[in-house]
Amino acid sequence: MAIKQISIFVENKKGALADVLKCLSDRGVGLRAMTIADTKDFGILRIIVDDREGAVAALTEHEIVFSQNDVIAFEAADVPGGLARVLKVIMDAGIDIEYTYAFVIETGKHACAIIRVSDCEQAEKVLSEAGVPLISEDEILRI
Amino acid sequence: MEKRYYSKEIETMSRDEMKALQSERLVAQVKHVWDNVPYYRGLMEEKGVTPEDIKGIEDLHKLPFLSKADLRDQYPYGLLATDLKNCVRIQSTSGTTGRRVVAFYTQHDIDLWEECCARAIVAAGGTSEDVCQVSYGFGLFTGGAGLNGGSHKVGCLTLPMSSGNTARQIQFMMDLGATILCCTPSYAAFLGESLREEGFRPEDNKLKAGIFGAEPWTEEMRRDIERSLGIKAYDIYGLTETSGPGVAFECEEQNGMHINEDHFIAEIIDPETGEVLPEGEKGELVFTSLTKEAFPLIRYRTRDITMLTREKCSCGRTLIRMKKPMGRSDDMLIIRGVNVFPSQIETVLLKEGYSPNYQIEVDRVRNTDTLDIYVEMNPGSFSDVVGDISGDADKLASAIKTMLGITPKVHLVAPKTITRSEGKAVRVIDKRKLHD
Repeated sequence: MAIKQISIFVENKKGALADVLKCLSDRGVGLRAMTIADTKDFGILRIIVDDREGAVAALTEHEIVFSQNDVIAFEAADVPGGLARVLKVIMDAGIDIEYTYAFVIETGKHACAIIRVSDCEQAEKVLSEAGVPLISEDEILRI
Repeated sequence: MEKRYYSKEIETMSRDEMKALQSERLVAQVKHVWDNVPYYRGLMEEKGVTPEDIKGIEDLHKLPFLSKADLRDQYPYGLLATDLKNCVRIQSTSGTTGRRVVAFYTQHDIDLWEECCARAIVAAGGTSEDVCQVSYGFGLFTGGAGLNGGSHKVGCLTLPMSSGNTARQIQFMMDLGATILCCTPSYAAFLGESLREEGFRPEDNKLKAGIFGAEPWTEEMRRDIERSLGIKAYDIYGLTETSGPGVAFECEEQNGMHINEDHFIAEIIDPETGEVLPEGEKGELVFTSLTKEAFPLIRYRTRDITMLTREKCSCGRTLIRMKKPMGRSDDMLIIRGVNVFPSQIETVLLKEGYSPNYQIEVDRVRNTDTLDIYVEMNPGSFSDVVGDISGDADKLASAIKTMLGITPKVHLVAPKTITRSEGKAVRVIDKRKLHD
Protein backbone atom coordinates (compact mmCIF):
# COMPACT_ATOMS: atom_id res chain seq x y z
CA MET A 1 0.00 0.00 0.00
CA ALA A 2 2.98 2.26 0.65
CA ILE A 3 3.64 4.85 -1.98
CA LYS A 4 7.04 5.41 -3.58
CA GLN A 5 8.31 8.90 -3.12
CA ILE A 6 11.29 10.26 -5.00
CA SER A 7 13.69 12.36 -2.91
CA ILE A 8 16.16 14.56 -4.73
CA PHE A 9 19.25 16.32 -3.46
CA VAL A 10 19.10 19.97 -4.47
CA GLU A 11 22.00 22.27 -3.87
CA ASN A 12 21.27 25.57 -2.23
CA LYS A 13 22.05 27.75 -5.20
CA LYS A 14 20.19 29.81 -7.68
CA GLY A 15 18.32 27.82 -10.32
CA ALA A 16 19.02 24.42 -8.77
CA LEU A 17 15.35 23.61 -8.16
CA ALA A 18 14.31 24.90 -11.58
CA ASP A 19 16.94 22.66 -13.21
CA VAL A 20 15.58 19.56 -11.51
CA LEU A 21 11.99 20.42 -12.39
CA LYS A 22 12.91 21.09 -15.99
CA CYS A 23 14.64 17.76 -16.28
CA LEU A 24 11.40 16.10 -15.14
CA SER A 25 9.07 18.17 -17.28
CA ASP A 26 11.21 17.58 -20.38
CA ARG A 27 10.45 13.92 -19.89
CA GLY A 28 6.72 14.66 -19.46
CA VAL A 29 6.73 13.75 -15.79
CA GLY A 30 4.03 15.49 -13.75
CA LEU A 31 4.05 16.15 -10.03
CA ARG A 32 1.23 14.98 -7.80
CA ALA A 33 2.67 16.24 -4.53
CA MET A 34 5.85 17.89 -3.42
CA THR A 35 7.65 19.38 -0.46
CA ILE A 36 11.13 20.68 0.19
CA ALA A 37 13.20 20.35 3.31
CA ASP A 38 15.78 23.08 3.32
CA THR A 39 18.98 23.43 5.29
CA LYS A 40 21.67 26.08 5.02
CA ASP A 41 23.64 24.02 2.52
CA PHE A 42 21.13 22.00 0.56
CA GLY A 43 17.52 21.07 0.12
CA ILE A 44 15.79 17.74 -0.25
CA LEU A 45 13.00 17.86 -2.78
CA ARG A 46 10.43 15.15 -2.10
CA ILE A 47 7.94 14.42 -4.84
CA ILE A 48 5.28 11.99 -5.84
CA VAL A 49 5.03 11.79 -9.58
CA ASP A 50 2.66 10.39 -12.15
CA ASP A 51 5.41 8.58 -14.04
CA ARG A 52 7.96 7.16 -11.68
CA GLU A 53 9.88 5.22 -14.31
CA GLY A 54 10.20 8.32 -16.45
CA ALA A 55 11.35 10.37 -13.49
CA VAL A 56 13.99 7.82 -12.50
CA ALA A 57 15.28 7.64 -16.05
CA ALA A 58 15.46 11.43 -16.37
CA LEU A 59 17.21 11.91 -13.04
CA THR A 60 19.68 9.13 -13.72
CA GLU A 61 20.47 10.54 -17.12
CA HIS A 62 21.17 13.97 -15.62
CA GLU A 63 23.28 12.43 -12.85
CA ILE A 64 21.10 13.95 -10.18
CA VAL A 65 21.34 12.39 -6.73
CA PHE A 66 18.04 10.87 -5.65
CA SER A 67 16.57 8.00 -3.75
CA GLN A 68 13.22 6.26 -3.70
CA ASN A 69 11.54 5.51 -0.46
CA ASP A 70 8.24 4.38 0.96
CA VAL A 71 5.79 6.86 2.41
CA ILE A 72 2.19 6.42 3.49
CA ALA A 73 -0.66 8.54 2.12
CA PHE A 74 -3.95 8.67 3.91
CA GLU A 75 -7.11 10.65 3.91
CA ALA A 76 -7.89 12.94 6.80
CA ALA A 77 -10.90 15.12 7.41
CA ASP A 78 -10.36 18.73 6.34
CA VAL A 79 -11.38 20.08 9.75
CA PRO A 80 -9.33 21.40 12.65
CA GLY A 81 -7.71 18.42 14.38
CA GLY A 82 -8.24 16.11 11.42
CA LEU A 83 -4.55 15.40 10.93
CA ALA A 84 -3.73 15.49 14.62
CA ARG A 85 -6.19 12.69 15.33
CA VAL A 86 -4.42 10.38 12.86
CA LEU A 87 -0.94 11.31 14.01
CA LYS A 88 -1.93 10.41 17.56
CA VAL A 89 -2.73 6.88 16.40
CA ILE A 90 0.79 6.58 15.02
CA MET A 91 2.36 8.12 18.08
CA ASP A 92 0.44 5.83 20.42
CA ALA A 93 1.82 2.86 18.50
CA GLY A 94 5.34 4.09 19.30
CA ILE A 95 6.18 4.83 15.66
CA ASP A 96 8.41 7.81 14.85
CA ILE A 97 7.39 10.30 12.19
CA GLU A 98 10.31 11.69 10.18
CA TYR A 99 8.26 14.25 8.30
CA THR A 100 4.83 14.88 6.84
CA TYR A 101 3.18 17.05 4.22
CA ALA A 102 -0.39 17.41 3.10
CA PHE A 103 -2.73 18.98 0.62
CA VAL A 104 -6.48 19.55 0.51
CA ILE A 105 -8.48 17.44 -1.89
CA GLU A 106 -11.85 19.04 -1.36
CA THR A 107 -12.17 22.03 0.93
CA GLY A 108 -14.00 21.24 4.12
CA LYS A 109 -14.15 17.56 3.26
CA HIS A 110 -10.94 15.64 2.65
CA ALA A 111 -7.28 16.27 2.72
CA CYS A 112 -4.46 13.94 1.74
CA ALA A 113 -1.54 13.64 4.14
CA ILE A 114 1.74 11.93 3.37
CA ILE A 115 3.96 10.69 6.14
CA ARG A 116 7.38 9.17 6.35
CA VAL A 117 7.67 6.90 9.37
CA SER A 118 10.26 4.71 11.02
CA ASP A 119 8.24 1.56 10.38
CA CYS A 120 6.00 1.70 7.34
CA GLU A 121 4.39 -1.71 7.67
CA GLN A 122 3.49 -1.23 11.30
CA ALA A 123 2.12 2.25 10.62
CA GLU A 124 -0.12 0.96 7.86
CA LYS A 125 -1.40 -1.72 10.15
CA VAL A 126 -2.32 0.61 12.98
CA LEU A 127 -3.89 3.13 10.61
CA SER A 128 -6.05 0.45 8.99
CA GLU A 129 -7.10 -0.82 12.39
CA ALA A 130 -8.06 2.71 13.39
CA GLY A 131 -10.16 2.98 10.24
CA VAL A 132 -8.05 5.63 8.58
CA PRO A 133 -8.51 5.42 4.79
CA LEU A 134 -5.14 4.80 3.14
CA ILE A 135 -4.57 6.14 -0.35
CA SER A 136 -2.83 3.91 -2.87
CA GLU A 137 -0.39 4.99 -5.54
CA ASP A 138 -3.03 4.54 -8.24
CA GLU A 139 -5.50 6.60 -6.29
CA ILE A 140 -3.12 9.46 -5.72
CA LEU A 141 -2.59 9.73 -9.46
CA ARG A 142 -6.30 10.17 -9.98
CA ILE A 143 -6.78 12.95 -7.41
CA MET B 1 65.19 54.62 28.72
CA GLU B 2 68.16 52.33 28.82
CA LYS B 3 68.01 49.65 26.15
CA ARG B 4 67.72 46.21 27.59
CA TYR B 5 68.95 42.95 26.15
CA TYR B 6 68.96 39.45 27.56
CA SER B 7 72.29 38.55 25.94
CA LYS B 8 73.76 41.98 25.28
CA GLU B 9 77.12 40.81 23.99
CA ILE B 10 75.57 38.49 21.42
CA GLU B 11 72.67 40.72 20.44
CA THR B 12 74.90 43.72 19.76
CA MET B 13 77.97 41.88 18.50
CA SER B 14 79.81 43.31 15.52
CA ARG B 15 79.30 41.56 12.20
CA ASP B 16 82.90 40.36 12.09
CA GLU B 17 82.76 38.85 15.52
CA MET B 18 79.43 37.19 14.75
CA LYS B 19 80.84 35.78 11.50
CA ALA B 20 83.77 34.32 13.38
CA LEU B 21 81.47 32.83 16.02
CA GLN B 22 79.13 31.39 13.39
CA SER B 23 82.02 29.95 11.39
CA GLU B 24 83.53 28.24 14.38
CA ARG B 25 80.18 26.81 15.40
CA LEU B 26 79.25 25.77 11.87
CA VAL B 27 82.43 23.76 11.47
CA ALA B 28 81.72 21.98 14.74
CA GLN B 29 78.04 21.43 13.95
CA VAL B 30 78.79 19.94 10.53
CA LYS B 31 81.39 17.64 12.07
CA HIS B 32 78.88 16.61 14.75
CA VAL B 33 76.28 15.77 12.12
CA TRP B 34 78.78 13.95 9.89
CA ASP B 35 79.91 11.83 12.81
CA ASN B 36 76.47 11.06 14.19
CA VAL B 37 73.80 11.25 11.48
CA PRO B 38 74.47 8.65 8.78
CA TYR B 39 71.56 9.94 6.75
CA TYR B 40 72.92 13.48 6.40
CA ARG B 41 76.42 12.13 5.95
CA GLY B 42 75.02 10.19 2.99
CA LEU B 43 73.57 13.39 1.53
CA MET B 44 76.97 15.08 1.92
CA GLU B 45 78.78 12.18 0.30
CA GLU B 46 76.33 12.24 -2.58
CA LYS B 47 77.27 15.88 -3.09
CA GLY B 48 80.96 15.14 -2.64
CA VAL B 49 81.34 17.32 0.45
CA THR B 50 83.23 16.39 3.59
CA PRO B 51 83.58 18.31 6.87
CA GLU B 52 87.06 19.37 5.70
CA ASP B 53 85.42 21.43 2.94
CA ILE B 54 83.55 23.51 5.49
CA LYS B 55 85.95 26.05 6.92
CA GLY B 56 83.49 28.81 7.67
CA ILE B 57 80.11 30.27 6.82
CA GLU B 58 81.32 31.13 3.32
CA ASP B 59 81.25 27.37 2.64
CA LEU B 60 77.67 26.90 3.82
CA HIS B 61 76.32 26.85 0.27
CA LYS B 62 78.30 23.69 -0.47
CA LEU B 63 76.16 21.68 1.92
CA PRO B 64 73.06 19.77 0.83
CA PHE B 65 69.58 20.87 1.87
CA LEU B 66 67.31 19.06 4.25
CA SER B 67 63.59 19.13 3.54
CA LYS B 68 60.46 18.24 5.43
CA ALA B 69 60.34 15.10 3.29
CA ASP B 70 63.72 14.07 4.71
CA LEU B 71 62.41 14.60 8.21
CA ARG B 72 59.38 12.52 7.42
CA ASP B 73 61.44 9.72 5.90
CA GLN B 74 63.75 9.66 8.85
CA TYR B 75 61.02 9.72 11.48
CA PRO B 76 61.51 9.15 14.30
CA TYR B 77 65.19 8.59 15.05
CA GLY B 78 66.93 8.97 11.68
CA LEU B 79 68.20 12.50 12.29
CA LEU B 80 68.98 12.10 15.95
CA ALA B 81 72.60 13.14 16.52
CA THR B 82 73.17 11.92 20.03
CA ASP B 83 72.39 8.90 22.19
CA LEU B 84 68.85 8.81 23.46
CA LYS B 85 70.21 8.66 26.97
CA ASN B 86 71.39 12.24 26.51
CA CYS B 87 67.95 13.44 25.42
CA VAL B 88 65.50 14.73 27.98
CA ARG B 89 62.47 15.73 25.95
CA ILE B 90 60.67 15.70 22.63
CA GLN B 91 58.32 18.27 21.13
CA SER B 92 56.24 17.65 18.07
CA THR B 93 54.32 19.47 15.40
CA SER B 94 50.57 19.68 15.71
CA GLY B 95 50.72 17.65 12.54
CA THR B 96 49.34 14.50 11.75
CA THR B 97 49.85 11.09 10.29
CA GLY B 98 52.72 11.02 7.87
CA ARG B 99 53.66 14.63 8.45
CA ARG B 100 54.58 14.59 12.08
CA VAL B 101 57.92 16.05 13.03
CA VAL B 102 59.40 14.96 16.32
CA ALA B 103 62.28 17.05 17.60
CA PHE B 104 64.63 15.84 20.34
CA TYR B 105 66.31 17.96 22.99
CA THR B 106 69.17 17.51 25.37
CA GLN B 107 69.07 19.66 28.49
CA HIS B 108 71.62 21.89 26.78
CA ASP B 109 69.32 22.28 23.76
CA ILE B 110 66.44 23.26 26.02
CA ASP B 111 68.58 25.81 27.83
CA LEU B 112 69.59 27.46 24.56
CA TRP B 113 66.06 27.41 23.22
CA GLU B 114 64.72 28.98 26.40
CA GLU B 115 67.48 31.56 26.18
CA CYS B 116 66.25 32.50 22.70
CA CYS B 117 62.74 32.93 24.10
CA ALA B 118 64.12 34.96 27.00
CA ARG B 119 65.69 37.35 24.49
CA ALA B 120 62.28 37.77 22.88
CA ILE B 121 60.63 38.51 26.20
CA VAL B 122 63.26 41.07 27.18
CA ALA B 123 63.01 42.67 23.72
CA ALA B 124 59.29 43.07 24.41
CA GLY B 125 60.14 44.91 27.61
CA GLY B 126 60.03 41.96 30.01
CA THR B 127 61.92 41.98 33.32
CA SER B 128 61.80 39.99 36.55
CA GLU B 129 59.07 42.38 37.70
CA ASP B 130 56.69 41.11 35.06
CA VAL B 131 53.84 38.65 35.24
CA CYS B 132 53.98 36.61 32.05
CA GLN B 133 50.82 34.77 31.02
CA VAL B 134 51.70 31.92 28.68
CA SER B 135 48.54 31.01 26.80
CA TYR B 136 50.16 28.99 24.06
CA GLY B 137 49.27 25.32 24.20
CA PHE B 138 51.44 23.22 26.51
CA GLY B 139 52.36 19.67 25.69
CA LEU B 140 53.84 18.51 22.41
CA PHE B 141 53.40 21.98 20.90
CA THR B 142 56.53 24.09 21.28
CA GLY B 143 54.71 27.37 21.99
CA GLY B 144 53.88 26.79 25.64
CA ALA B 145 57.13 25.08 26.60
CA GLY B 146 59.35 27.64 24.86
CA LEU B 147 57.83 30.82 26.24
CA ASN B 148 57.33 29.24 29.65
CA GLY B 149 61.03 28.43 29.83
CA GLY B 150 62.00 31.84 28.49
CA SER B 151 59.81 33.53 31.07
CA HIS B 152 61.51 31.56 33.85
CA LYS B 153 64.92 32.60 32.56
CA VAL B 154 63.93 36.27 32.58
CA GLY B 155 62.57 35.78 36.08
CA CYS B 156 59.00 36.78 35.35
CA LEU B 157 56.24 35.35 37.48
CA THR B 158 55.03 32.81 34.96
CA LEU B 159 51.39 31.81 34.54
CA PRO B 160 51.44 28.49 32.63
CA MET B 161 47.87 28.83 31.43
CA SER B 162 48.04 26.82 28.20
CA SER B 163 45.41 27.61 25.59
CA GLY B 164 41.64 27.63 25.91
CA ASN B 165 39.29 28.09 28.87
CA THR B 166 38.88 31.78 28.15
CA ALA B 167 36.96 32.56 31.34
CA ARG B 168 39.88 31.27 33.42
CA GLN B 169 42.40 33.11 31.22
CA ILE B 170 40.59 36.38 31.87
CA GLN B 171 40.25 35.70 35.57
CA PHE B 172 43.98 35.04 36.04
CA MET B 173 44.92 37.92 33.75
CA MET B 174 42.86 40.36 35.79
CA ASP B 175 43.32 38.91 39.30
CA LEU B 176 47.08 38.38 39.05
CA GLY B 177 47.74 41.45 36.95
CA ALA B 178 49.44 39.80 33.98
CA THR B 179 51.69 42.27 32.17
CA ILE B 180 52.87 40.15 29.23
CA LEU B 181 50.69 37.82 27.19
CA CYS B 182 52.11 35.04 25.00
CA CYS B 183 49.76 33.21 22.64
CA THR B 184 48.74 32.93 18.99
CA PRO B 185 47.62 36.24 17.46
CA SER B 186 44.14 34.86 16.81
CA TYR B 187 43.76 33.88 20.44
CA ALA B 188 45.00 37.31 21.51
CA ALA B 189 42.34 38.88 19.31
CA PHE B 190 39.75 36.55 20.77
CA LEU B 191 40.81 37.39 24.32
CA GLY B 192 40.56 41.09 23.48
CA GLU B 193 37.05 40.60 22.23
CA SER B 194 36.05 38.47 25.22
CA LEU B 195 37.38 41.12 27.63
CA ARG B 196 35.31 43.75 25.90
CA GLU B 197 32.22 41.56 25.99
CA GLU B 198 32.70 41.18 29.74
CA GLY B 199 32.71 44.94 30.05
CA PHE B 200 36.47 45.51 30.49
CA ARG B 201 38.08 48.46 28.76
CA PRO B 202 41.61 48.12 27.34
CA GLU B 203 42.99 50.21 30.23
CA ASP B 204 41.44 47.90 32.83
CA ASN B 205 44.09 45.22 32.36
CA LYS B 206 47.74 45.55 33.35
CA LEU B 207 49.10 44.08 30.13
CA LYS B 208 51.82 46.09 28.39
CA ALA B 209 53.11 43.67 25.79
CA GLY B 210 52.15 40.56 23.89
CA ILE B 211 54.39 38.04 22.14
CA PHE B 212 52.42 36.43 19.37
CA GLY B 213 53.39 33.85 16.79
CA ALA B 214 52.84 30.36 15.36
CA GLU B 215 50.50 31.60 12.64
CA PRO B 216 50.44 34.29 9.96
CA TRP B 217 49.00 37.65 10.93
CA THR B 218 48.89 41.06 9.35
CA GLU B 219 49.81 44.56 10.47
CA GLU B 220 46.12 45.32 10.54
CA MET B 221 45.52 42.47 12.95
CA ARG B 222 48.43 43.72 15.04
CA ARG B 223 46.81 47.14 15.38
CA ASP B 224 43.47 45.53 16.27
CA ILE B 225 45.07 43.46 19.02
CA GLU B 226 47.08 46.42 20.30
CA ARG B 227 43.93 48.52 20.53
CA SER B 228 41.72 45.88 22.08
CA LEU B 229 44.22 44.86 24.76
CA GLY B 230 45.96 48.22 25.20
CA ILE B 231 49.40 46.70 24.55
CA LYS B 232 52.30 46.65 22.16
CA ALA B 233 52.25 43.42 20.13
CA TYR B 234 55.51 41.67 19.19
CA ASP B 235 55.96 38.99 16.59
CA ILE B 236 57.97 35.84 17.25
CA TYR B 237 59.07 33.14 14.81
CA GLY B 238 60.18 29.58 15.06
CA LEU B 239 59.33 26.08 14.04
CA THR B 240 59.40 22.76 15.82
CA GLU B 241 62.14 21.52 13.51
CA THR B 242 64.53 24.26 14.63
CA SER B 243 63.53 24.03 18.34
CA GLY B 244 60.40 26.16 18.54
CA PRO B 245 59.55 29.84 18.94
CA GLY B 246 62.44 32.19 19.52
CA VAL B 247 64.45 31.54 16.38
CA ALA B 248 63.63 35.16 15.60
CA PHE B 249 61.85 37.87 17.58
CA GLU B 250 60.75 41.46 17.26
CA CYS B 251 62.14 44.45 19.10
CA GLU B 252 60.33 47.70 19.90
CA GLU B 253 60.82 48.85 16.29
CA GLN B 254 58.27 46.21 15.17
CA ASN B 255 60.02 46.16 11.86
CA GLY B 256 61.11 42.60 11.18
CA MET B 257 62.31 39.88 13.52
CA HIS B 258 65.92 39.62 14.72
CA ILE B 259 67.28 36.15 14.12
CA ASN B 260 69.32 34.60 16.94
CA GLU B 261 72.34 34.28 14.71
CA ASP B 262 74.59 32.76 17.33
CA HIS B 263 72.32 29.68 17.15
CA PHE B 264 70.96 29.81 13.60
CA ILE B 265 72.24 30.91 10.21
CA ALA B 266 69.51 32.09 7.88
CA GLU B 267 69.75 31.99 4.10
CA ILE B 268 67.27 32.95 1.41
CA ILE B 269 67.20 30.70 -1.63
CA ASP B 270 65.34 30.51 -4.88
CA PRO B 271 62.82 27.75 -4.14
CA GLU B 272 63.04 26.46 -7.71
CA THR B 273 66.79 26.32 -8.22
CA GLY B 274 68.08 26.23 -4.65
CA GLU B 275 70.45 29.07 -5.49
CA VAL B 276 71.30 31.43 -2.61
CA LEU B 277 69.86 34.91 -3.15
CA PRO B 278 71.49 38.14 -2.05
CA GLU B 279 70.29 40.03 1.02
CA GLY B 280 67.04 41.89 0.43
CA GLU B 281 65.69 39.46 -2.13
CA LYS B 282 62.54 37.50 -1.56
CA GLY B 283 62.80 33.73 -1.45
CA GLU B 284 62.59 30.63 0.71
CA LEU B 285 64.01 30.80 4.20
CA VAL B 286 66.61 28.16 5.06
CA PHE B 287 67.99 27.60 8.55
CA THR B 288 71.14 25.94 9.77
CA SER B 289 71.41 25.25 13.47
CA LEU B 290 74.79 25.97 15.03
CA THR B 291 74.56 24.74 18.58
CA LYS B 292 72.14 21.87 18.69
CA GLU B 293 73.17 18.54 20.14
CA ALA B 294 70.18 16.24 19.69
CA PHE B 295 68.46 17.44 16.54
CA PRO B 296 70.78 19.62 14.49
CA LEU B 297 69.52 20.64 11.09
CA ILE B 298 71.80 21.73 8.29
CA ARG B 299 70.25 23.91 5.61
CA TYR B 300 66.68 23.07 6.50
CA ARG B 301 64.18 24.41 3.99
CA THR B 302 61.35 26.02 5.93
CA ARG B 303 59.16 26.62 2.86
CA ASP B 304 58.40 30.06 4.30
CA ILE B 305 58.86 32.88 1.81
CA THR B 306 60.44 36.00 3.24
CA MET B 307 63.45 38.35 2.96
CA LEU B 308 66.37 39.31 5.17
CA THR B 309 67.90 42.67 5.95
CA ARG B 310 71.04 43.83 7.73
CA GLU B 311 69.88 47.42 7.81
CA LYS B 312 70.78 49.02 11.11
CA CYS B 313 68.04 48.74 13.71
CA SER B 314 67.54 51.55 16.23
CA CYS B 315 67.17 49.01 19.04
CA GLY B 316 70.92 48.49 18.86
CA ARG B 317 70.73 44.82 17.98
CA THR B 318 73.03 43.82 15.15
CA LEU B 319 71.23 40.53 14.55
CA ILE B 320 69.94 40.18 11.01
CA ARG B 321 66.20 40.70 10.60
CA MET B 322 63.67 38.63 8.67
CA LYS B 323 60.36 39.97 7.48
CA LYS B 324 57.17 38.33 8.57
CA PRO B 325 56.79 35.35 6.18
CA MET B 326 54.88 36.37 3.08
CA GLY B 327 53.70 32.97 1.97
CA ARG B 328 54.72 29.38 1.45
CA SER B 329 56.57 27.62 -1.30
CA ASP B 330 54.42 24.53 -0.77
CA ASP B 331 50.70 24.02 -0.29
CA MET B 332 50.76 24.04 3.50
CA LEU B 333 48.13 26.19 5.18
CA ILE B 334 48.38 27.43 8.71
CA ILE B 335 44.89 27.45 10.18
CA ARG B 336 44.42 28.55 13.76
CA GLY B 337 48.11 27.87 14.30
CA VAL B 338 47.84 24.32 12.98
CA ASN B 339 49.78 23.20 9.92
CA VAL B 340 47.38 21.73 7.40
CA PHE B 341 48.20 20.03 4.13
CA PRO B 342 45.30 19.55 1.72
CA SER B 343 46.51 15.99 1.16
CA GLN B 344 45.63 15.16 4.77
CA ILE B 345 42.04 16.12 4.16
CA GLU B 346 42.07 14.03 1.02
CA THR B 347 43.25 11.03 3.02
CA VAL B 348 40.32 11.32 5.40
CA LEU B 349 37.82 11.68 2.54
CA LEU B 350 39.05 8.51 0.88
CA LYS B 351 39.04 6.64 4.15
CA GLU B 352 35.47 7.73 4.85
CA GLY B 353 34.38 6.61 1.40
CA TYR B 354 34.05 9.98 -0.31
CA SER B 355 35.39 10.97 -3.67
CA PRO B 356 38.65 12.90 -3.47
CA ASN B 357 36.98 15.87 -5.10
CA TYR B 358 36.83 18.61 -2.57
CA GLN B 359 37.49 22.25 -2.05
CA ILE B 360 38.88 23.92 1.03
CA GLU B 361 37.89 27.46 1.81
CA VAL B 362 39.83 29.27 4.50
CA ASP B 363 38.77 32.65 5.73
CA ARG B 364 39.28 34.82 8.74
CA VAL B 365 36.19 36.11 10.45
CA ARG B 366 36.70 38.54 13.32
CA ASN B 367 40.36 37.50 13.54
CA THR B 368 39.58 33.80 13.81
CA ASP B 369 40.31 31.37 11.02
CA THR B 370 37.43 29.43 9.55
CA LEU B 371 37.77 26.20 7.59
CA ASP B 372 35.01 25.14 5.23
CA ILE B 373 35.31 21.94 3.26
CA TYR B 374 33.07 21.25 0.30
CA VAL B 375 32.77 17.56 -0.44
CA GLU B 376 30.82 15.80 -3.12
CA MET B 377 28.21 13.65 -1.50
CA ASN B 378 28.03 9.97 -2.07
CA PRO B 379 24.97 9.15 -4.20
CA GLY B 380 24.74 5.79 -2.45
CA SER B 381 24.33 7.34 0.98
CA PHE B 382 21.80 9.97 0.00
CA SER B 383 18.76 9.90 2.23
CA ASP B 384 15.41 11.66 2.12
CA VAL B 385 15.84 12.57 5.79
CA VAL B 386 17.76 15.77 6.57
CA GLY B 387 19.12 14.40 9.84
CA ASP B 388 20.81 11.48 8.06
CA ILE B 389 22.66 13.77 5.68
CA SER B 390 23.76 16.26 8.31
CA GLY B 391 24.75 13.25 10.42
CA ASP B 392 27.07 12.13 7.60
CA ALA B 393 28.51 15.63 7.35
CA ASP B 394 29.09 15.73 11.12
CA LYS B 395 30.76 12.34 11.05
CA LEU B 396 33.11 13.50 8.33
CA ALA B 397 33.82 16.75 10.21
CA SER B 398 34.74 14.79 13.29
CA ALA B 399 37.03 12.45 11.31
CA ILE B 400 38.80 15.52 9.91
CA LYS B 401 39.01 17.02 13.38
CA THR B 402 40.69 13.83 14.60
CA MET B 403 43.25 14.16 11.81
CA LEU B 404 43.90 17.90 11.95
CA GLY B 405 42.95 18.91 15.45
CA ILE B 406 40.66 21.61 14.17
CA THR B 407 36.99 21.34 13.44
CA PRO B 408 35.96 22.18 9.89
CA LYS B 409 32.51 22.97 8.64
CA VAL B 410 31.69 20.25 6.13
CA HIS B 411 29.31 21.02 3.29
CA LEU B 412 28.07 18.13 1.21
CA VAL B 413 27.43 19.16 -2.37
CA ALA B 414 26.08 17.31 -5.38
CA PRO B 415 28.46 14.95 -7.20
CA LYS B 416 30.44 16.42 -10.08
CA THR B 417 29.73 19.99 -9.02
CA ILE B 418 33.20 20.75 -7.72
CA THR B 419 35.16 22.23 -10.56
CA ARG B 420 37.58 19.85 -12.13
CA SER B 421 40.25 21.83 -13.77
CA GLU B 422 42.61 20.55 -16.37
CA GLY B 423 45.76 19.42 -14.67
CA LYS B 424 46.13 20.68 -11.15
CA ALA B 425 42.83 21.11 -9.35
CA VAL B 426 42.09 24.25 -7.40
CA ARG B 427 41.72 22.68 -4.02
CA VAL B 428 42.26 25.63 -1.78
CA ILE B 429 40.68 29.04 -1.70
CA ASP B 430 42.37 31.14 0.94
CA LYS B 431 40.37 34.31 1.41
CA ARG B 432 42.41 35.55 4.34
CA LYS B 433 44.53 38.56 3.74
CA LEU B 434 47.54 37.25 5.60
CA HIS B 435 50.23 39.34 4.08
CA ASP B 436 50.36 43.08 3.88
